[in-house]
Amino acid sequence: MEKTLKIIVLVKHVPDAQFDRHLNGEGYTTDRDESILSELDEYALEAALQLAEARGGSKAGNQVIALSMGPAGAVNSVKKSLQMGATEGVHLTDAALAGSDAAATSLALSAAVRYLNQDAPVDLILTGMASTDGETSLVPAQLAERLGLPQVTFASSLQVDGGRLVARRDADTSSETVEAALPALVSVTDQINEPRYPNFKGIIAAKRKTITTLSLADIGVDPAQVGHAGSWTAVTNAEERPPRTAGTIITDEGDAGIKLVDFLAAQKLL
Amino acid sequence: MAKVLVFIDNPGNALKKSSLELLTLARSLGESVVALNGELHNEVTATFGEYGVSAVLRPSVQDLNDYLVAPKAAYLAAAAQGAGATIVLLDNSPEGKEVAARLGIRLNAGVITDVIGVDSDGTAHKSVLAGSYNTACKATTPVSVLTLKANNVTPEPAAAPSAPEVVTVDVPVGSTDAAARITAREQKVASGRPDLTDARIVVAGGRGLDGDFGPVEELADALGAAVGASRAATDAGWISHDAQVGQTGKTVSPQLYISAGISGAIQQKAGMQTAKVIVAINKDAESPVFEIADFGIVGDLFDVLPQATAEIKKRKG
Ligand SMILES: Cc1cc2nc3c(=O)[nH]c(=O)nc-3n(C[C@H](O)[C@H](O)[C@H](O)COP(=O)(O)OP(=O)(O)OC[C@H]3O[C@@H](n4cnc5c(N)ncnc54)[C@H](O)[C@@H]3O)c2cc1C
Ligand SMILES: Nc1ncnc2c1ncn2[C@@H]1O[C@H](COP(=O)(O)O)[C@@H](O)[C@H]1O
Repeated sequence: MEKTLKIIVLVKHVPDAQFDRHLNGEGYTTDRDESILSELDEYALEAALQLAEARGGSKAGNQVIALSMGPAGAVNSVKKSLQMGATEGVHLTDAALAGSDAAATSLALSAAVRYLNQDAPVDLILTGMASTDGETSLVPAQLAERLGLPQVTFASSLQVDGGRLVARRDADTSSETVEAALPALVSVTDQINEPRYPNFKGIIAAKRKTITTLSLADIGVDPAQVGHAGSWTAVTNAEERPPRTAGTIITDEGDAGIKLVDFLAAQKLL
Repeated sequence: MAKVLVFIDNPGNALKKSSLELLTLARSLGESVVALNGELHNEVTATFGEYGVSAVLRPSVQDLNDYLVAPKAAYLAAAAQGAGATIVLLDNSPEGKEVAARLGIRLNAGVITDVIGVDSDGTAHKSVLAGSYNTACKATTPVSVLTLKANNVTPEPAAAPSAPEVVTVDVPVGSTDAAARITAREQKVASGRPDLTDARIVVAGGRGLDGDFGPVEELADALGAAVGASRAATDAGWISHDAQVGQTGKTVSPQLYISAGISGAIQQKAGMQTAKVIVAINKDAESPVFEIADFGIVGDLFDVLPQATAEIKKRKG
């Protein structure tokens, strides 16, 4: 049997992109009503669950800890992670965190990871490829830098064997095989697996799992280092672009290909 | 005058257009210094001179390409500190952004990605939330790290060329210790078509193509366009994942985006709705793609695309 793993999965609670999203208030942050577990983080969670299951699951002592930093509602993303199969949840929440940029987010998350590292060392941190609201992909690399860990980003496959991991990354001109020693941080793409849906058993089981709520004081972070005040970037202006409106719609009557070319010619696009 | 450090990774024999854009922007913000990784060919040195670069920095080690980003960030941090740079510019590739991310932590510098323009006071402009907002952002730290999206600056050589000096920067010892190692690289074959991210025209196909990208490719070739795809098409294996446009694929802003047999899901729109002109062909009049199309055709793509291709060939003679 392979060595058991302690895995932290970073899950972000984000505004649902199916609804209109707006930037408001000081620092132009997104509204957080209608928020969900970022769908790209489900791939990280699924990857963690598969690694744990291949080693005998929670019965054998494998841990999959879902960690989310965010306002009160973010606990729902932690709960959904537990329903999918995470063994425990951690919700890092504090009024002072509001408006954190990637640098401040990675600072707070690094302190939370160190806190979770105390009783037993963490082997692996898994994240999504990007948050669907921030879309910067900065947090994983910044967290790895702060923790001094090797980072493997945009993994489209991942194997762990003993104390090492092997991953595949697909870039435009080449595909790479990458190896690193554990502990390490890996961000995964939506090519890596097909995330499961929580089933009835999972939903019932989740009710008995522990969610730990952590504040900045618990993890020893000075509130001045995070949030709007502690961020290293500031949004100074935001303007909504007028939404695209529909143009001319025609139904093909046998000559639509010609009309298409006429349109392109009129727009000087030929 | 501000010192601006530009990171150029493995230029090969000639600088790419996106690198020339970085050099042009850098010169508009201050004195530009290049931090190079990889070989330095004479032609490239000459171009640096034409673009008014005052110095070219090179790493003291040659194996940075064997690791994922961490040692490159360590090298760049040393280069920026040595040069006294207050702005560091990188390209907006996934790797560029990751180097920027780690560099930001090393330099205590704010990082802004997806930048399309920078004002003289360092304010950066970018669009967010899948192109629905234009924002201005600024680093609040003494040093800022910016990654510039391609095709937003017109490359322009300097009025007065320079003769850059070449300086070696010591890469801190131990910077490869905690880095992931690249153990194998498989080159992909090039398609011969324009690069999807900077193409002027993109013709994209989805599930409606039913396994046959022929009509999309023929129209693309008649227009000199790049070929894109929805995730349904790439997941089905009809075309390489590199062609995927959208939230988890490429973001494109071409002059013209032709969408054929694609319904227009939110994740697809996230990658293409900033295109200047959108044309959609779909047999279902209720498809959401028609809500954002400048010109929409309700019809069968297997009729419309070949007819358009033939007509373009006829007109172009
Ligand atoms: C986490 C996540 C990330 C995703 N990322 C992306 C992404 O980056 N890019 C992306 O594209 N999608 C992405 N998706 C998938 C997205 O949600 C849609 O499922 C996908 O875009 C649908 O592709 P499609 O439009 O080709 O297929 P469908 O939605 O099945 O649409 C096919 C369309 O073709 C039309 N059609 C069929 N036959 C013809 C014909 N002969 N002539 C004309 N029209 C015809 C139909 O009317 C229909 O509208 C993502 C999904 C998730 C969950
Ligand atoms: N507030 C957060 N809480 C938990 N995880 C986060 C948070 N912000 C970012 N992440 C993780 O970092 C990844 C990339 O986010 P980003 O850098 O914002 O694009 C996400 O997919 C998450 O896994």
